[in-house]
Amino acid sequence: MAAVKRPPLPVILVASDLLEGDVVFATSNGWTRNPREALVARDDGAAQALEVLGATAFLRAKVVGPYLVDVELDAEGLPVPRHYREILRTLGPSVRPDVGKQADFQI
Amino acid sequence: MYRYDQFDERLVRERVAQFASQVERRIAGALTEEEFLPLRLKNGLYLQLHSYMLRIAVPYGSLRARQLRQLARIADEYDRGYGHFTTRTNLQFHWAKLKDVPTVLGLLADVEMHCIQTSGNCVRNVTADHFAGVAYDEIEDPRPVAELIRQWSSLHPEFEWLGRKFKIAVAGAAHDRAVIKSHDLGVRIVRDGKTGEAGYEILVGGGLGRTPMAGQTLREFLPREDLLAYIEAALRVYNLDGRRDNKFKARIKILVHETGIEAFRAEVEKEFARIDKTKANGDPAELARIAAYFTSPPYESLPEVSRKLEEAQAKDVELSRFVEHNLFRHKRKGYTALTISLKPIGGTPGDISSDQMRAVADLAEQYSFDELRVSHAQNLILPYVRLDDVPEIFARLKAHDLATPNVGLITDIISCPGLDYCALATARSIPVAQALSNRFADPAKQAEIGEISIKISGCINACGHHHIGNIGILGLEKKGAESYQITIGGDPGDDYALGELLGPGLPAEKVPEAVERVVAVYLAERQSGETFIETYRRLGLAPFKSAFKEIADVAA
Amino acid sequence: MLLLDRHGPREDIWERAEYICQAETNHILAPFGAIVSSDAITDDMKLGALLEPDRAVEDVTPFFDRLDLIVIHFPSAANGRGFSTARQLRQAGYKGRLRAFGPLISDQFPQALACGFDEVEIIGAAAARQPVEHWMEALKRISVFYQRDYGSEDSIPDRRAALAGAVDA
Repeated sequence: MAAVKRPPLPVILVASDLLEGDVVFATSNGWTRNPREALVARDDGAAQALEVLGATAFLRAKVVGPYLVDVELDAEGLPVPRHYREILRTLGPSVRPDVGKQADFQI
Repeated sequence: MYRYDQFDERLVRERVAQFASQVERRIAGALTEEEFLPLRLKNGLYLQLHSYMLRIAVPYGSLRARQLRQLARIADEYDRGYGHFTTRTNLQFHWAKLKDVPTVLGLLADVEMHCIQTSGNCVRNVTADHFAGVAYDEIEDPRPVAELIRQWSSLHPEFEWLGRKFKIAVAGAAHDRAVIKSHDLGVRIVRDGKTGEAGYEILVGGGLGRTPMAGQTLREFLPREDLLAYIEAALRVYNLDGRRDNKFKARIKILVHETGIEAFRAEVEKEFARIDKTKANGDPAELARIAAYFTSPPYESLPEVSRKLEEAQAKDVELSRFVEHNLFRHKRKGYTALTISLKPIGGTPGDISSDQMRAVADLAEQYSFDELRVSHAQNLILPYVRLDDVPEIFARLKAHDLATPNVGLITDIISCPGLDYCALATARSIPVAQALSNRFADPAKQAEIGEISIKISGCINACGHHHIGNIGILGLEKKGAESYQITIGGDPGDDYALGELLGPGLPAEKVPEAVERVVAVYLAERQSGETFIETYRRLGLAPFKSAFKEIADVAA
Repeated sequence: MLLLDRHGPREDIWERAEYICQAETNHILAPFGAIVSSDAITDDMKLGALLEPDRAVEDVTPFFDRLDLIVIHFPSAANGRGFSTARQLRQAGYKGRLRAFGPLISDQFPQALACGFDEVEIIGAAAARQPVEHWMEALKRISVFYQRDYGSEDSIPDRRAALAGAVDA
């Protein structure tokens, strides 16, 4: 099997909810809006399972634009994206701390 | 201002129902995401970094109080209490939900507004001089023609699936304030030298983005009755011959560049000759019908100078500063066009809260014949203000943090939303604008520097017009971090020019210092009365580049 | 496959062939290049031409009288080049049948008709996902239009003029 191009592990799966537009993260039993609840895939098998989950939800018109994001684990073991763009997606606009996930989940 | 008749209204209402049906078909699986995407874009709906974003058309920047109040209501009920005015005079709500959009479109239709073609590969919202109808140097009001083009291009059966977006701007004054050379098609109202008859100069192939180019003259003088047929010809040639193999080469500017303006003109003229003009052109009675909506308001006869304003200014240095920078010379004696800056010190350029919207709507109703304008510089304008009323308007603006006296000054920064909101962005732009605004906050310092424009884009698509800023800033990604390239010498106006790069990219925190160094060169070298851009033209890039290099070398 | 005109689904009577000499019926739809270079054409044949994407309308004009059908291919729904090709063919005086062929979406049906097409032929998954009702509903969704030279005589400017005339009279 040819190597699949994926970001380095560990990863989480990020997408947008089709009806709401909110950023959502895959969990073991569905989707969450809270980035700290995202399911972290630590090996290729788990990353592939996330990809399948994303592709299925996309086909069922549940989410749009699913993709894997490489993360670090913070002191509490919670995932934090490595790239500044993805960090913004888990927080909200840096210039409006009163809106977005940073406000909704007190991140 | 234009008012919808039964047909305009029916079209907008049916379009809302059509979009509702498209959403239903997407959810039911009759339309794939790939098919649905261009449909939602043509209704102004983007999927952004955190949410959907809804872009509402403000055709040629004209708004009535009632419309702004409805926008405030939508902000409160369906968004997060604020909106953002863009460089194409549209209003964006950053937190839209797809399931609410048909309802929101219905609320917009209630006040003769829509989101039609504010995105997608079609003819976009038509823009014009924000001082249309009131400018002292106007040849003719560009709004009737802009409205004619708006109607003609709305839901055009042939041109809704172009290779790429297509932006049109109309200017009608001696000075170009509509940046027509940055547009795919520019229309300039001119008078024939011999007959004095009004007609149009048509420019084509301008644009910023990845490959910035200045528009070139396609037709020196087009008789006014031929306008729609001529635009049809130009668009048809573009639709047939424009590239579709590469998104980055699909704009008409690339076609004009690759074909050459002479050959492109020949193609357009050939197509124009074939078109049956009796049908394709607008009925002259129709232009006259539209123009009747844009007649002057019932002005009073007033003296040229307002004693009341002069006396108030003498007692209030802040008001005096506001008068100096935020008023624009009106064609009517005793009146002014008053700019409401949406660039408070340290704020987000172009952002406005729902409370501010309501406050501005009240002012428009009370002092400006119910009308206001949006400028491409992301500010609002009360176009018909009596000089006598300026002190009271100023006081009320101040109460809503809307009285920043900085129009045309260094803190009147144009900025796209950047990576704080936009899915296409490569770096943030708002924090850079805020840092610069804070750095140059001192009004005395701003006045000393005088007229200068800073324009910031968070990616190469250049929504923040960085190429044509006197100082342009482009945010990119470099080795996994945000990095900002600075250009200088850009000019959007009559001496249209694209800026030149000063050197390598800098981290965000170095940008204010770099801009300060560049400004210091100007302050040290300027001759009496020279603006920044004039000094730059006289001196060239070199002295600015060497001042910049000291910063860049430290940053490297 | 779905073939529709403004009245609903149609039977496709055209036989596709790469070359005229391979055809077994006398309704032959072949690439335009194959038609002009063929010496197998007989008077009793009905000819349909599939236009190649780079074919200029000027090349086709001399053959208008001989072509009962011209088919314009849309490589994707997002590529609207064919709308302008259709306009040019009609402008040049083509009176025969015009067909849009490709993975179009139902919202484009009225646009295709306004640009001079008589029918659309939808292929593959796009045809399976969008039943006939979607296409017929699409025709009724927007009942007014601003453009004066796209088919019918009742554009918004024409209707406004009629109303103004009625008031003046």
